[in-house]
Amino acid sequence: MSAYIRTDDLCAGYRGKTIISDAQIKINSGEVVTLIGCNGAGKTTLLRTLAAQLSPLSGTVFLDGKSTALYTADERSKKMAVLLTARTTPDRMTCMDAVSIGRYPYTGKLGILTDNDKAIVKGAMERTGIASLADTYIDRISDGQRQLVCFAAAIAQQPKIMFLDEPTSYLDLGNKLRMMQLLRELASEGTAVVMTLHELYLAQRFSDRCICTSEGKISCIGTPEEIFTAERINTMFGVDVGTFIPEYGTAEMICTGEPQVFVVGGGGSGIHIYRDLYRRGIPFAAGVLHENDIEYPTAAALACMVVTEKAFEPVSPESIARAKEIIAKCREVICCTKHFGSMNALNRELINMPSETAD
Amino acid sequence: MRRRRYIICYISLLLLSALLFLAGISSGSSGKGLSDIADILSGSATDMTKNIILGIRLPRTLAAMLLGGALSVSGFLLQTYFGNPIAGPYVLGISSGAKLMTAVLMIFAMGHGLYPNSLGMTAAAFTGSLLCMGLILAVSGRVKNTAQLIIAGVMTGYICNAVTDIAVTFADDANIVNLHNWSMGSFSGIAQRDLPMIITAAIVGTAAAFMLSKPMSAFRLGEGYAASVGVNVRRLRVALILLSSLLSALVTAFAGPVSFVGVAVPHLIKAVFRTSEPIVLIPAVFIGGGVFCMGCDLAARMMFSPLEMSVSTVTAIVGAPVVIAVMLKRGAK
Repeated sequence: MSAYIRTDDLCAGYRGKTIISDAQIKINSGEVVTLIGCNGAGKTTLLRTLAAQLSPLSGTVFLDGKSTALYTADERSKKMAVLLTARTTPDRMTCMDAVSIGRYPYTGKLGILTDNDKAIVKGAMERTGIASLADTYIDRISDGQRQLVCFAAAIAQQPKIMFLDEPTSYLDLGNKLRMMQLLRELASEGTAVVMTLHELYLAQRFSDRCICTSEGKISCIGTPEEIFTAERINTMFGVDVGTFIPEYGTAEMICTGEPQVFVVGGGGSGIHIYRDLYRRGIPFAAGVLHENDIEYPTAAALACMVVTEKAFEPVSPESIARAKEIIAKCREVICCTKHFGSMNALNRELINMPSETAD
Repeated sequence: MRRRRYIICYISLLLLSALLFLAGISSGSSGKGLSDIADILSGSATDMTKNIILGIRLPRTLAAMLLGGALSVSGFLLQTYFGNPIAGPYVLGISSGAKLMTAVLMIFAMGHGLYPNSLGMTAAAFTGSLLCMGLILAVSGRVKNTAQLIIAGVMTGYICNAVTDIAVTFADDANIVNLHNWSMGSFSGIAQRDLPMIITAAIVGTAAAFMLSKPMSAFRLGEGYAASVGVNVRRLRVALILLSSLLSALVTAFAGPVSFVGVAVPHLIKAVFRTSEPIVLIPAVFIGGGVFCMGCDLAARMMFSPLEMSVSTVTAIVGAPVVIAVMLKRGAK
């Protein structure tokens, strides 16, 4: 498959200040590609350069086989839409008026909409869930709603490639997910989607590929499975007080110290206790947890020590012995689970154990 | 729904315009009225009646209609350009620039016993407008907020007025009398020979502005957005500057600086039409500007008749509060 957009030794930046250099990127039709990187790493600069909003400092961006510099604004606007958060909010402009501007590349000299254009505008508003705002002035709605209006305008533009700069930043969770789902739908209809995101859990769940920018260049390009490892994300985003947990797509804090409390959890029952102890500043240990337990990543991050058992194996007497050693130094044991099945049967011994340090 | 509102508003505006036009040509200190107009139409009027109505009142009223429209459209274009609802040729000092150059031309020409023609006056005013526009643009690149831009404009206006005063100080007595009326803003000095220029330039300028409706519509959402849907932003900017300068220069050349019309009329029209779509607004702003200025001109000459006020006095009383209202509305957000 030939790339819909491709760069050749691209250097992006402003006025001679290079921000990203030697970028080699290929993005295909129907693909969702997310740019991630820490603040100031050049995601937006790169996106704006790909979207022809900024001229490359050197190198070329090829859009559909032709350098973006060779397109007229008019030709380009039929191929690409750029979702920019509207900073200017004109008065007496309805949301429908704003979405209609998306049809700009297709209307005549005076910009009068045909019935077909109107149907497309209406459809775009329905897809983004803002049909009810059609007659509301755009300066009377929230930032999130305005974001959806701009998104609808970009959809109405019917581009082959859509660029979005942090499209989810003003949206609530429901709208974030709806927007992502809609982007996947657009991709399955053949549109290439290129965006920057700060929400790693969204990038991880919805991207086909991620492009990581750090230290003035593209540090890696890969599938979410390749990109979202704890080590890579912690390094890339300078996460030092916590750790990224790929299973969750987000981070937990890291705690150290001598455990004062031992938590017997399992199956997710301990997560809220771990976080509560972290907030109270009480160092704790946890166990015995299977390595594939849903709460294991949280425990591994927040607890000072975790007694573990191999996945799918019953808790062994050896593990219990290790747990008991730790409990001996703790002042309290908290049991979070009510269920003791065949795999964690021995954990029951831990809560029945007399607290030896309670003297 | 919206379309019905537009139609009703347009019909009302046109009726008002026709009414004020009739009132404009049928009222004055000489006492000639509607029956005299009927006489002219039937061919039975005296030369004196013809002279008063066709030679004095008609050019004056027609000029108020067309120049008022031109001024309002100019204000609308400037508001689009700066994304600022308080921008206008008078507030930004552009009218004063036009006034300065026109005054200089008049003093120079009359000093040599010549009377500058319509084209010369318009050209001088256009030059002055563009010079001030250039100054404002240079400033606007450095200031980011609305208030600073307006202050820069008002200051530019003061500078131009001061220089005009200096020029007037060195002019002959006869010139000063001639200049005085005009420099306060008035439609009274307009003669039949000025009409071809006024009609052509006002209509061509407004039609050209109307043809920019589409890119202006996208430009409302910001420069970056407009570029992304295919607007040639640079070309649009140049067109907006040239057209707004031309239209406001036309007004200043013939009627002197007329205050606040450029801000007040677009705002009132937007409020009545409840939209900011340029394609709907531009013709309405043009007609509305005519209505506003014909009304103000009528008030200027009739209110204390036979004493006559400058039209700028009346437009300021009506227009300046509108400017304050717009500012308060923006500030409240």
